[in-house]
Formats: sequence, C-alpha cells, structure tokens
Amino acid sequence: MINWPNFVSQLFNGLALGALLALISSGLTIIYGTLGVLNLAHGAMFMIGGYAGYVAFEYTHSFTAAVIAGSLFVMVLGVVMERVIIRHFYQRPHEDQLLVTFGLGICFVEIVRLLFGSQSQMVPPPPLFQGITSLGFMFYPTYRLAVVGIVAVALGTLFIVLYRTRLGMIVRAGIEDSVMVDSLGINVYRVFMIVFGIGAMAAGFAGIVNAPVVSLTPGVGDDILVETFVVVVIGGVGSFPGAILGGLIAGEIISVTSMFNPSYAYVMLFAAMTLVLVLRPHGLLGTQGRE
Amino acid sequence: MSTKELRQGMGSGVSRRALLQAGAGLAGGALLPISLSMPVYAADHPAIGTYPDGSSGSSVFIGIAVPRTGTYAVQGEDELKGWQLAVEHINSGHELIKKISPKTTKGVLGKEVKIGVADSAAKPNEAVQAQQRFITENKAVLLTGATSSAVAVATNKLAQREKVLYVAGISGSNDTTGKDCVRYGFRQNFFGQTAAAAIAPVLVKQFGKNKKAAYLTPDYTYGHTVTKAMQDHLAEAGWTTVTNQVSPLGAPDYSSYLLNVVNSGADVLMNVNWGHDAVLSIQQAKQFGVLDKMKLVVPYQVPFVARETGGLMQGVYAATDYWWTIEDKYPLAKMFNDTFSKKYGYKPEWGAENAYISFAHWARMVEETGSFYPPDVIKTYEKGETIPSFVGDVHYRPEDHQCVRPVIIVKGKMEKDMKNKEDYYDIVEIVPGDGLMQKPDAFGCHLGDYT
Repeated sequence: MINWPNFVSQLFNGLALGALLALISSGLTIIYGTLGVLNLAHGAMFMIGGYAGYVAFEYTHSFTAAVIAGSLFVMVLGVVMERVIIRHFYQRPHEDQLLVTFGLGICFVEIVRLLFGSQSQMVPPPPLFQGITSLGFMFYPTYRLAVVGIVAVALGTLFIVLYRTRLGMIVRAGIEDSVMVDSLGINVYRVFMIVFGIGAMAAGFAGIVNAPVVSLTPGVGDDILVETFVVVVIGGVGSFPGAILGGLIAGEIISVTSMFNPSYAYVMLFAAMTLVLVLRPHGLLGTQGRE
Repeated sequence: MSTKELRQGMGSGVSRRALLQAGAGLAGGALLPISLSMPVYAADHPAIGTYPDGSSGSSVFIGIAVPRTGTYAVQGEDELKGWQLAVEHINSGHELIKKISPKTTKGVLGKEVKIGVADSAAKPNEAVQAQQRFITENKAVLLTGATSSAVAVATNKLAQREKVLYVAGISGSNDTTGKDCVRYGFRQNFFGQTAAAAIAPVLVKQFGKNKKAAYLTPDYTYGHTVTKAMQDHLAEAGWTTVTNQVSPLGAPDYSSYLLNVVNSGADVLMNVNWGHDAVLSIQQAKQFGVLDKMKLVVPYQVPFVARETGGLMQGVYAATDYWWTIEDKYPLAKMFNDTFSKKYGYKPEWGAENAYISFAHWARMVEETGSFYPPDVIKTYEKGETIPSFVGDVHYRPEDHQCVRPVIIVKGKMEKDMKNKEDYYDIVEIVPGDGLMQKPDAFGCHLGDYT
C-alpha cells in the first residue's frame, strides 16, 4: 500500500520497532564490548526475562512487579552464569565462548519448555497503556507508544551509568585496555561480573517489556537473536550508541521495505548489514574492541 | 516376516527358481553375497527401499520427524501424541484401531511397531536428514511427519527416491499431492483447495458478494497455495484482494504488515499464517485495531489457536480437518476423543486426529496387502476402497494419493455459549469431500514409478 499516510505510519512504526531492537541489542553489545564475549545465550536470557515477569504477573497482577522481577531475575542469573561458567572462558578462544554460550542458551530454552510447555503465554499491558491511540495521521497501539518512552528512559539510564559514573568510566577503560585497568589496582574481574549482570538485566528488562507485544514462547529469544546480531553488526560491535543507531536503522528498513514489498523486508535488512560490513567492517559507530 | 513370506522362504513352498538362485549364490561365494542372503525374496518381491530388511525381524520401525521446537512446536506435540496413541493401539490390538483396520490383531502383520522421533523444527533439511538416518540405521518401513508443507514436499521426494512409504503429517499445500506428489506419498488431511472450496460459499453467504480481502501469507508453499486457492474461489463471488502481506516463517513481529492491512480498506482479513505465527499475528491485529475494522477469517484452522489467543477467535470462521464436538455424529470420533483425553488430559485437535488416522489407514493397507512390500501396499491404497475414519467414510484417490474426506467449517463460540473450557467452536457445516476436490491432474501431479 504505497501512499503518503501509510509511508508516515511505517516510518513511525519503524521508530517504535527500532527502539525495541535497540534495547535488546544494548545488553548484547555492552557484554561484548567489555568482556569480549559474544553471548549467544542473550536471546534465551531475553526469553527468561519475559517468563520470570510472567510468573510474577500471575502472582501479583502487577505489570510493574513483573518488570522488576523479570529484570532482577535475569540479572542474578547473569551474575551466577558469569561467576560459575563465563569467567573461565575469558582467556579461551572465541570459538569456545560461542559454543558455551550457545549451549547455555539451548539449556535455558529447554528448561523453560519443560516448565511451561510450548504454548504461548500472554502478559497483558498495564491498564493505563491498553487500547489504541490516535496520532492524527494514524492509530497506534498505546502500549507500543509507551514502549518507545520506556525504552528511551532505559537507554538514557544505561547511557548515564556508562558515560557519567565512575563505574562507567572503568567499564569503558576496560573496553580499551583491561590489562592497564587491572594494573591500576582495579579488580577488573569484579567489574566484569557487574557488567555481565547489567547486560543480562538489559536482556531481561527487554524480555518482559516486550512480552505484551510478542506473546511468550520458549523460542521467542531465538527469533529475536538474529535481528539483534544484525543490529549490533550495523551499529558496531561493542558500541552502545551503535546499538541504538543500528536498532533504529533496522526498524526503519523492516518497516519501510514492507510497504513496498513485505517479502523483501528481511532481505533488505541483511543487504544493509552486508553493505555496512563491506564499507565499514567495524560497523557505523564501532571500534576494534578490546583486541 | 509375515506367515505368507515365511512359507515362501522356508517351507515346502520354495520354488525351483529360488533354489537355483540359492545354488548360484553358493557357487558365487564371496563374489555374490547378496544372493546368499535373500534369494527367496527375489522370486516374488525383490528388495526395494528398506524391504525386506525393515520387516524381517519381530518389529517394524517408523521414522517420525516432527517440529518440537520453533513456530509449529505446539501443533507438532499434538501430532506426536496422535501417532503415539495409534502405535499403542496397534500394538495392543485396541478396539478403536480394529474399527478402522479390522484385520489388526496385535502389531502390523503380527510385528510390533516401534517409532523413532526427531525434532524437525519444521525445517525441510533437518527433517530429511533425520529421516535418512531412520532409513539407513533403523530400516524404517514408514516415514511420517510434516506440520510444514515444505517438510512434506521434501520428505515426499526422499520417500520416492528411497522407495519407503511416507504418510504426511499436517500439510496444507496443494503441492503435496499436486505438482510435488509422489508414488510413495499419501496425505489424509484437508488442504488449500478443499479448505477454500468448503469455506468460500460460507463466507459469501455470511459477508456477501464483492468484498475486499487482505491476506497475511507465510512465505512458503503452504501459504502461497492456500492464499491462491482462497482468492480463486472467492473471485467467483466478486471478492478482490486489496493487499497480500507475505511474511517469513517465524516472523518476530507483524506490525509493519498489519499497518499495510489497516490502511488497505479491506472488509475481511484472511489470516493464512499458522502455528505461533497465527497466534502472534492475530494478537497483534487486535493491538493495531485491525479486528475492529474488519472481519477475521482463518481459512486453514490452527490447532490451539483459540485457547492461545484468549477469545480473539470468537465469531471467527475457519475450515478444519476435525473438531472434537463432531463426536455427536461420528461414533469413532467419540471413541477417539475419549481414549485420547483419558491419556493426555485434553480433547484432541486435528493434528492428533490426522496423525492417528494416517497410521490406522496404513496399518489397514498393510494388513490387507498381507506384506510390507511397498509397491503392493501402494496398490492397496490405490484401489480407492471406502474405509472408515473419524469423519465418516473416506477413500484415497489413485491418481494423486489424496484422501477424499469432508472439510469441517467452524465458527468461534462466544464465551457465554461455551459449555466447557474446551468448547471453542460451533460446527457450521460438514462439507462432503467429493465436491471439494480438484480434477486429479489440475495441480500437475505425476506420481512416478513403483520401483
């Protein structure tokens, strides 16, 4: 449906879609940027955030409680995962890191499938954000509008933590040269644990915030993981601003392309990623990372 | 090995020709080991596919490749339960299986049926790899599983190449028994053409002529053929397509597609998506206000969609293979519902029904053939004999191996009308299968060779 109102609608929808992708991708990119670990369990952690929130919602019927529970549960899971398994892999080859996180992801998905089954579960949006809102040029789900705001606040908070606090300074220094940070007397491994926890929390938070939009299944993280990687590659692996930019670009590509020909939406997304890799191998805002 | 085959192979029925062959094998020694091992079969039934190795012991093996993860996982699990129950009934000689396959005592031709299950994730290459292993390592005499027509088409080709029988699980594409049909493949369930032919008159009667329809179509053989069948049948009543939103299998978000739909001016949304894709797209259609602007139709019903969408199927028309409340009309359906729900704790959906009846029909065909020799079993199917099912008497067409069976049109019940928590649909009509079928060559079916 190529017409002006639809174009404006798709442009706006691309923004909302991109905001969600940016939030999900930010956790992945923070962990990689700091620890050098490409966490293939990120999609599963996103999914667990949704399920943990779902359980909390079933008990409390409070969406706020669900968001807190989903975020905190995955943060704790991330910290435990880092302390018990991931820290043993910092010095190991990237292939080992990929394999161990991939394996963990499969375990998480199958445990959730065992506990909850394959049927989808629903977390309704909070009453305040239910229904549809007229924007003048289009009608749009109120909750998706709210998500844009929620994501903006969350990403803003992450930005402040990373760029305006002492912890953030250490983290960014760790990205540049972890050996130097260590030699300055800072317990860099403790920082790594905190960073992994924050990255995991971002995934869990995104999982429960996204739950009313997508409905929960054990495979929900698998579907989103591929898009998340595309976002991170476009924006720049390890770059927090890059994740935001990449998310917005990916959202717009999917949305606007679907107006012309929906079956090419994902083709165009991967074409854009290829183009970025050819022209800027480290992504639009990427750096070489810890290496 | 059947009694008949035993007699042929070992008793006084050994033919002169077979003895000569065995003698030649002995004389040939190590140069011709195969003629030593099975000269007796060569007389009437030469080795083909996994025959006779797969049926020479006390049991036979069936390879099942079904999605247990991914978009179609929920439906795959339901199908699997149907197959498992059928095997249990076949091996125990249950009363229900005997109603469909009267010669069944215990097992098939006295052999215990064993199954191997692999997760296909609805991906053709994973399904084919798993089935190839079942053929090579387990000498499977039968393959099954689909839940995606892409898998069904791929397994069709494998079955024909390997000369092993295949009964499709859920597969809605016209191609499965159309242009991609094979001699070794059979399908019991309804499909795009019959779904469209059955539901189109109901929709025209309900919504009127000259309506505008928007389609949500998954981007593979199932989606394209079901959408085309619906468009063709509704065009006769002046319906037009204002937009066709094609999306990949397992799309994580439908917002951009739904915006195109909401801006299309359509009267009716035809959601051809399936599995979790259907659930998600229906939920998001509600979020975007699409369902307030236009009527939703699900032309190819999705098991569990009503319970997963939390009331969004109320008032929605759908075509299906089976809905449990037809038990009032069909006694075998009642028997099936009772045994299934007793074992699994819920009423079977059509994936389980199709799975059970496919195995029951196969067991009947093998028993009637008196052998597992695949070309003979195929010829028994091709007799087109009228046989029982849970939706009344049915038959398989010899020209394309499609089961001619009714299609059931259902309408989602309002919550206040539901008599119990699983009473999601009203039966609108049970449309006889004969009038729904296309001409056997209409979709380009050429079955291929027996051997």
